[in-house]
Amino acid sequence: MKDATAAVERVFREEYGRLIASLARRFGDIGIAEEAAGEALVAALERWPEFGIPANPGGWLTTVAGNRAIDRIRRENQRDAKHQAAFMSYDDTPHEPTGPVEDDRLRLLFTCCHPSLAPEARIALTLRLLGGLTVPEIAQAFLVPETTMAQRITRAKQKIASAKVPYRVPETADLPERLGGVLTVLFLVFNEGYLATGDGDPVRAELTAEAIRLTRILRRLLPEEPEVTGLLGLLVLTEARREARVRNGQLVPLDEQDRAGWNHALIDEGHNLVRECLTINRPGRYQILAAINAVHTDAPTAPDTDWSQVVALYDQLTRLDPSPIVALNRAVAVAELDGPDVALALVDRLPLTGYHAWHATRADLLRRLGRSSEAKEAYDAAIAATQNSAERAYLSRKRGQLV
Amino acid sequence: MTHYLLAVHGPAEMDEFGTYGSKEEMEAAFAATGAFNDKLRAEGYWVFAGGLSPASTATVVDGQGATPVVTDGPYLETKEVLGGFWVIDAPDLDVALKLAAEGSKACRGKVEVRPFDGLA
Repeated sequence: MKDATAAVERVFREEYGRLIASLARRFGDIGIAEEAAGEALVAALERWPEFGIPANPGGWLTTVAGNRAIDRIRRENQRDAKHQAAFMSYDDTPHEPTGPVEDDRLRLLFTCCHPSLAPEARIALTLRLLGGLTVPEIAQAFLVPETTMAQRITRAKQKIASAKVPYRVPETADLPERLGGVLTVLFLVFNEGYLATGDGDPVRAELTAEAIRLTRILRRLLPEEPEVTGLLGLLVLTEARREARVRNGQLVPLDEQDRAGWNHALIDEGHNLVRECLTINRPGRYQILAAINAVHTDAPTAPDTDWSQVVALYDQLTRLDPSPIVALNRAVAVAELDGPDVALALVDRLPLTGYHAWHATRADLLRRLGRSSEAKEAYDAAIAATQNSAERAYLSRKRGQLV
Repeated sequence: MTHYLLAVHGPAEMDEFGTYGSKEEMEAAFAATGAFNDKLRAEGYWVFAGGLSPASTATVVDGQGATPVVTDGPYLETKEVLGGFWVIDAPDLDVALKLAAEGSKACRGKVEVRPFDGLA
């Protein structure tokens, strides 16, 4: 019985984004969609353990939730303006053969990542409504109290409803800019999973997996957008190294990773995606980052890495995005090509004193230059600037090795 | 359709050219705003709009007690005040934001977009 309940909950979570997106389109209201989805879950928990999971669980949930929503609207439509409006705008157009269910998810993704919402609310809403994560799970992932996260999500949903943020894929003219916001949210969700900010689990595989799952959906829906392909390439090539990246609770840097432990299926997929981007030949930020990761994952051993190619790609990225973070990552590659002294001169100029990776990079360069006491200070600053336990453990070990 | 307030906030302190800096710039802003108003009317978004006199001309009335209390000056003493506004009728926030961007460019000020609660 317990297994049966867990199975229902797993299916429900997998179907959640599709379900909410389709209900939100039909009824024009996220609140009604969530209520109806909740009722469909209750119905599934009653029926499925006894009669088995239906052949098309998503279809079953959508039908039941849709019926429950209509019942509720009929019951309440005399006394509640919101439900009355939903009933009047109720869109019962049949599903088109081109897969409108997925189009619904795309609409909802653009709604969740709308520029009128606060950036942290966009991430939370995307994980809640499309990822099917619970409020406590999202609160835990971003280290805020549950009540704060619940309030953040509620406020964003209220704004969507009152200000009428549309459920619509933006027009072609607005698409590049709006798509940028969606890709940023997906990349941030992935990064939070890959190197968690807080002092809990150093890696949160559920967040990296969710970001990849949503990016895959986005790519199926927008196959012509090379930046979507680029982001997916970047994420799978990064995810491919996840298992090899932490050993005994310590972060393992790229050059010390056991490359046999990398996920070669993901690497092959990533390389194919990068090749596809090259064919389209409309480079962008995520495509270039994916290409850099393709160079790394192409090298059988760390010394085989084609560093001049990596630096050339960072030069290209700098032209698109001349930010100090890009300059810092470029300097790491310059160290391999032109030596740590050249790289250190570049790094010291950057205004990143609050950023743990800046201190960690300086520490490593100073260590390689034999400037031990300065390196120790830099390691201390890096350790103080991060809460991630695996990164702290790695930095402490390196610091301890200095004479 | 939803009603949105497009509120224009600007510095409380003004000189003879308002907040525009020069006579030419002030006249250009007035002309652009007039053209934007015409467009709102022509395309059916227009509900109401107006520019406000300086905040120093404001009076606050508190009528909650037995006799109304009248006080000189704006309700909040701030460096930035409401200088004018539009009320528009638009199908959704994306349309309202696009119009707000045009209005902002025309009147040379930042515009706050806020939906009416629809209850009145």
